Amino acid sequence: MKTFRSALLAVVPAMFVAVFFVYPVATLLARGLGLDAGRLLEVITGSRFLKIIWFTTWQAALSTLLAGLFALPLTWALANRQFAGRRLARVLVTVPFVLPTVVVAGAFIALMDRFNLDEGAVRLRHTVWAILLAHAFFNVAVFARSVGGFWSQLDRRPEEAARTLGASPWRAFVEVTLPRLRPSLIAAVSVVFLFSFTSFAVILLLGGPRRSSIETEIYRYAVTRSDISTAAALSIVQMVAVVSLVVTNGWLQRRAVGRQGLVADRAVPAQTARQRGVLATTLTGTAVVLGLPLAVLVERSLASGGGYSFANYRALGERVRLLPISAADALVNSLAFAVVAAGIALVIGGMASLAIVHGTRSVSRLLDLGMLLPLGTSAVTLGFGVLISLDRGVLDLRGSWWIVPITQSLLAIPFVVRGVVPVLRAIDPGMREVAATLGASPGRVRREIDLRIGARALATGVGFAFAISLGEFGATSFVGRRSDLLTVPLAIQRLLATPGDLLRGQAMALSVILMVVTALVVFLSDRLHPTSGGML
Amino acid sequence: MTLAIEAVTVRYGETTAVDQVTLTVATGEVLALVGPSGCGKSTLLRTIAGLVQPVSGQIVWQGRDITQVPTHQRGIGLMFQDHALFTHRSVADNIAFGLKMAGASTSRQHERTHELLEMVGLAGFGGRSVEGLSGGEAQRVALARALAPEPELLLLDEPLASLDRARRIELNAELARLLHELRQTSVYVTHDQDEAFSVADQVGVMHGGRLLRSGSPAEVWRDPQSELVARFVGHEAIIERDGQRFAVRPDAVALVPPGDRPADGSYAGTVTACAFQGDRYGLLIEVDGQQWRVFSADPSVVGSQVKLTLRPDMLSPLIG
Repeated sequence: MKTFRSALLAVVPAMFVAVFFVYPVATLLARGLGLDAGRLLEVITGSRFLKIIWFTTWQAALSTLLAGLFALPLTWALANRQFAGRRLARVLVTVPFVLPTVVVAGAFIALMDRFNLDEGAVRLRHTVWAILLAHAFFNVAVFARSVGGFWSQLDRRPEEAARTLGASPWRAFVEVTLPRLRPSLIAAVSVVFLFSFTSFAVILLLGGPRRSSIETEIYRYAVTRSDISTAAALSIVQMVAVVSLVVTNGWLQRRAVGRQGLVADRAVPAQTARQRGVLATTLTGTAVVLGLPLAVLVERSLASGGGYSFANYRALGERVRLLPISAADALVNSLAFAVVAAGIALVIGGMASLAIVHGTRSVSRLLDLGMLLPLGTSAVTLGFGVLISLDRGVLDLRGSWWIVPITQSLLAIPFVVRGVVPVLRAIDPGMREVAATLGASPGRVRREIDLRIGARALATGVGFAFAISLGEFGATSFVGRRSDLLTVPLAIQRLLATPGDLLRGQAMALSVILMVVTALVVFLSDRLHPTSGGML
Repeated sequence: MTLAIEAVTVRYGETTAVDQVTLTVATGEVLALVGPSGCGKSTLLRTIAGLVQPVSGQIVWQGRDITQVPTHQRGIGLMFQDHALFTHRSVADNIAFGLKMAGASTSRQHERTHELLEMVGLAGFGGRSVEGLSGGEAQRVALARALAPEPELLLLDEPLASLDRARRIELNAELARLLHELRQTSVYVTHDQDEAFSVADQVGVMHGGRLLRSGSPAEVWRDPQSELVARFVGHEAIIERDGQRFAVRPDAVALVPPGDRPADGSYAGTVTACAFQGDRYGLLIEVDGQQWRVFSADPSVVGSQVKLTLRPDMLSPLIG
């Protein structure tokens, strides 16, 4: 009985991932490779596709560079300066990052509408700059939080030693600080590059009809042209690229220098008037860059006719020509999906976490890797795989209501596991042993010790799952195609994709609602996480 | 006079870390700044290095006000408590860093690195990674790195605090020998009074950001002048005679041999501890609720009653 229950903890999550992730992705692979070799080669090496692959790569590289440049002053300030509101600044910079991608795209469209960047002196619409800026906006937090966080813990004395040995501030930064920051820099660059490489909604909405990345091309072939074979071939290219990125990152990380002298916090207050000036400029500048698109989004959502009103919000209850159901109904759909997806993530992620912490070495490692797999796959690939594979027998879930939250939960489970496992591992084993000597069975120990202590981390993960489901676009655009299942992100995309439509205001209003709900859910959940400062 | 600290005050926000400190250090002299943690000694050291800016006062180096000179142009060596070695560089690269910054030729860098490795007893360690070094070895590398560019002033911030006791005593003696051989003008920060006394020509005792007393180790020990300094150098007991307070130094106390008639004004006490210290015994004797430290050629039984006399000329009067 005991072993049966333990086995169940590992088997259920493993089955779930096998059926809803591994099988669809494998089917997709088989479909792509099932083409005769000549056709596959033709697709991949065709000059049109090479151009798309090249564009996907260089836009991701430039986006990463731009995000790093935007983030540099703030990253420095968060790491090196103590100031009132430093914690708040850390939280605020994360807002763009947690926003659904359609909201970010919406904010940039709002910006272009507001300042007439469509055809004015500065034309941003449908240029690669719009894409790059949106990616940079989205990813500033990754640099500021991860590099800034690591930097703030780096003992400043090696740099001071370098300064006393004759290095100028710049030289000390280049010779001593930068090499020590390398592990966190590599991690941040990899993550931002990966996000930009697999970016979907931003490129679809801001790039215009002529800009295609691998993701948008998969979508166009699969959905618009119903050319499943070509789309599958492109998915293989995508998977190979993503896997090699993840592997390269792991390799670079292992090569990076290890141990560093760490301190609680290296930041000191600004001492001189000049230092205070630099700090104030940095904070204000970053606040304007990150705040402006969101502020304009809110402003546009309120603009109607010549003035400001809630007309756009009130109109959300009405049916419009572009959408099969009203925006308000889409919101109801989204909330229902999010509740179910969060529930699935809670059960599967919770079971997997327990099995990872308590299982035998091999079970633990296999499950740990298996649960993180969806993180290394683009949402588009996952959605596409589910769409073409789960169409037979008992697994004929195409067009069913359930397939939407199930697919969304797959993208959220890694976050649950990532948040819960370290907390469970940190439990002093003595506590479990004492509980056992006091007569608690292993199952009871898990309930009384693990689940009690892990409950807050689990709640954080479930909150994140809710937010991820709410804003999910890439996979849902494949599996949520039944017209009555329309979600908010899909509705926003349809409203935004129609140029110059009068319904733009409604798209903005819907984006603002999604932005507020997502940000609230994420930050409330993060506050629950037991580690100080939360997971973010 | 090489280094003059003139009425230096440093503030961190509202707190005053260093308060109107004035001190001078002569060429070739070692100044030890001592005091409990948080007394401002490290901040003062960082101010001398230019890593912290004073709100008022000056740092004068060979007659020139260098308060506004940036750190890297001061020609200062600095050695930290936990080494602060560059973990991404080898032992030799760590040592050569200052020479590289100064634009020394590669052959000069090699030569000098080699010389220093010999000097600190680590010949042949040059190619190693600094991550595998023991605490004592890392400390020696840090010293070699600070000395390599031949700084005119060497600053040491609790250089031995991360070592275990045996290592600390060994390295402390070696450091003292090396600094005096090189006639290296130095400022040495430590919270350990023994460490300071064994290495310094001049000691400055700090408390709450202020400099309470400075002078040679012997002067400070014999005449601490204030209760805080007296307690810091180990004179725990304070007595009052004719309205004047005195610190009771161990060498001012004598045990009355058993059987002798105690003189007038003697004190009665109970032995609470007796520790063998090689050439003598260190006794702790409780007198009127205070612990007196006393040296004695013979051991005493813990718990026994003894009589003590004081040599008035060796008591240290306290001011204020």
